[in-house]
Amino acid sequence: MSDTDKTPVLEARGIVKVFGQHRALDTVDFTANAGEVHALLGENGAGKSTLIKILTGAYQPDSGALLLDGEPIHLRDPLHGQSYGIGTVYQEVNLLPNRSVAENLFLGRQPTRFGLIDRRRSEDLARDLLARYGLAIDVRAELSEFSVAVQQIVAIARAVELSGKVLVLDEPTASLDRNEVQRLFEVVRNLRDQGLSIIFITHFLDQVFDLADRVTILRNGRKIVTQPLNTLSTTDVVRMMLGKDVAFDHHPSALGGAARGDVHVQFKGLGRKDMSPFDLAIHEGEVVGVAGLLGSGRTEVARLMFGVDTADQGEVVVKGKAMTIRNPAQAVAAGFGFCPEDRKLDGIFGDLSVRENIIIALQAKLGWFRTLNRDDQIELAGRYAEALDIRAANHDMPVRLLSGGNQQKVILARWLAIDPTFLILDEPTRGIDVGAHAEIVRTINRLREEGLALFVISSELDEVVAYSNRVVVMRDREMVAELAGDAIAPDGIVQAIAGTPRETNA
Amino acid sequence: MTRPTADIRPSSQPPHPPARPIYTFFTRPQVIALVAVLLVNWLLFPGFFTITWQDGRLFGSLIDVLNRGAPVAILAIGMTAVIATKGVDLSVGAVMAISGAVAATLVSSGVPATVAVLAALAAGLLCGLWNGILVTVLDIQPIIATLVLMVAGRGLAQLITEGSIVTFADPLLVFLGTGSILGLPTPVVIAIVLMIVATLIVRRTALGLLIEAVGVNRSAARFAGLSAGTLLLIVYTFAGFCAAIAGLIVAGDIRGADANNAGLWLELDAILAVVIGGTSLMGGRFSIPLAVLGAMIIQAMNTGILISGFSPEFNLVVKSAVIIVILVLQSPLSARVFRRRPDGRPGNPQ
Repeated sequence: MSDTDKTPVLEARGIVKVFGQHRALDTVDFTANAGEVHALLGENGAGKSTLIKILTGAYQPDSGALLLDGEPIHLRDPLHGQSYGIGTVYQEVNLLPNRSVAENLFLGRQPTRFGLIDRRRSEDLARDLLARYGLAIDVRAELSEFSVAVQQIVAIARAVELSGKVLVLDEPTASLDRNEVQRLFEVVRNLRDQGLSIIFITHFLDQVFDLADRVTILRNGRKIVTQPLNTLSTTDVVRMMLGKDVAFDHHPSALGGAARGDVHVQFKGLGRKDMSPFDLAIHEGEVVGVAGLLGSGRTEVARLMFGVDTADQGEVVVKGKAMTIRNPAQAVAAGFGFCPEDRKLDGIFGDLSVRENIIIALQAKLGWFRTLNRDDQIELAGRYAEALDIRAANHDMPVRLLSGGNQQKVILARWLAIDPTFLILDEPTRGIDVGAHAEIVRTINRLREEGLALFVISSELDEVVAYSNRVVVMRDREMVAELAGDAIAPDGIVQAIAGTPRETNA
Repeated sequence: MTRPTADIRPSSQPPHPPARPIYTFFTRPQVIALVAVLLVNWLLFPGFFTITWQDGRLFGSLIDVLNRGAPVAILAIGMTAVIATKGVDLSVGAVMAISGAVAATLVSSGVPATVAVLAALAAGLLCGLWNGILVTVLDIQPIIATLVLMVAGRGLAQLITEGSIVTFADPLLVFLGTGSILGLPTPVVIAIVLMIVATLIVRRTALGLLIEAVGVNRSAARFAGLSAGTLLLIVYTFAGFCAAIAGLIVAGDIRGADANNAGLWLELDAILAVVIGGTSLMGGRFSIPLAVLGAMIIQAMNTGILISGFSPEFNLVVKSAVIIVILVLQSPLSARVFRRRPDGRPGNPQ
């Protein structure tokens, strides 16, 4: 797809945005054409979200101009942007979960009759509208009854209805599984073919190559390049994002036969009414990777192991000693640590400082009266922030001000501070930038070399392959396969997830 | 086993700001508000700051503010911990009535005063424990869980006093309400001691941090291995204990237990004091001394309106106006205007 046969819809010229001393955007040009999907890439802090906020009207640029169809425009706020035809859909669906689908679609502009809302007509309209997106659902049902993917499509439908020229998708796929992503992409491709200009932001490079026509890469507030994707390779893109080469370890066989220590922790027939019992032994110095689709029971296994959910049956043996683990406090006492999937909900204490977030698990383990004083806390936080390269202006600032990648590292630091022997990581690299991503993968490898037992859940197969000694595959809340040695390869895992030629489970 | 840090050479660490200098305490909105209210009182009533020494104790309007404000201050001490966990305790007024009723009924039936006082405190602990169990074990929302005892508590107190106002002249109870220690009224001394002890306990141990963690994010607290349930039980029990002390003071002051009116609506003053003290109803960061200061601001306003000869109806209007001013001063808006962070600390966000 060449640039010439497309007309520019939304153009930004020489945009500068300064926050205090920091130039978030430095004379950035950006053009979104009609009928294209334009990916916007960059590490956290590159200026992606600032640029998006300027394009949608949430921020005003300090200098530079916005042009819509060649005419200069000045956006006061996102609502004003919407009136010009610029709509946004965010990662977390910004709709009302407890209202019906139809109400969400037409909120604020419902069809009325005699001054009252015409419910039936609004429902008919909603059904017609969603049919165009290939969605046949009960529009009277509450939005929250549907999967995130469906909610995402409803949000897109609403945004397109309201605006209809430019659609900004800010990490729309972060909480979707593979099939849902494909479904969403079909919707997006359809909209593109109808002539919409779509700006797509994501951390998943394969999705960029799958969906986008052109890409703009930002780094440190500057535009590096805007280029059609078919002229670029993944390595090119990553190199331009990071400004350097990164290489993941892609030699599975090296790990498959790697030396490992004695059995550290054994789960014998651990199960619960919604989870088939499983047996698993994890050795010292071993990473057991977990693969499976969303909803396959991956997170549930981790929660059972850590005592977040209480097991109905089975036992946990640590170093040959049977342990009672009925709540997380007991798991911590047994030397376990757990970085949960949902950082914001289950991980960070947003208003507490970086330092307090790092020492909290150790403090809870020590009890109320063996208090870590300020000097201990500063020393501990400094040490682990150092080791994991946590970037914070200071350690007394609230952790919620850090980027997602740094928050993830803070939680990892919290567990390293208790000197764990067994660490459970649930999607440790989800939704974080490439630099932090590489840092966390490096840390996993380093911890394994030091003799920790690790249980790592991830949707990114390349990643699982890169650091696992063994891979457990889950399907329908059951461990269906265990791969070791040369069998650890993305295609083998995909086959196991899909359940190809294996005996059917009763 | 060595941690991954072992082979990493240290580089420059981000700076950690030194502990807040003491003078910043006096630039806090609560302190400014208290000084302002006291000055207004002084303008309305020139003798406001006059303190005299009579019969071995201090007298004066200022002492009166401290004395009258002590029960709410004591309630606020317990309430601060509860609100920091994102909860609230509506029952403290009713618990005051129960505690007073228990003490009065026991002394008037001939039980030694020390036993009666201990029984009243035990009743408060029990009430707090009950709230804590409803909140933790049954997982009821705090506002509903404590509403139960707020309503039922007055009934219980009336059952204990059998519907009448039980009067007494026991010296120990009267001393708690109207006596003096080193020239200061007993309630003031009790409030100050309780404030200092409670502050030391939460700040010198990890208790304060753990309470804040539970308030900021209870789910994350569970994942981090905190026993949130035990902590909640403790803070509600402590709130009940504080309410029992306040109940003893109020009963001692009027030399009788009035199940209907003792502590009536004081839970609202206590919540207000905590909020004025800067603790958010959304839980998290808290300060016990500032909540006590909040109680003093409320009482200074009450006293000011009383001595200036305005009719007490003004009290409510003036009070709400002052509250609005204080809340605006604490809001993120004014933090932006005055280029300070809401919690008053110098900050340096990214």
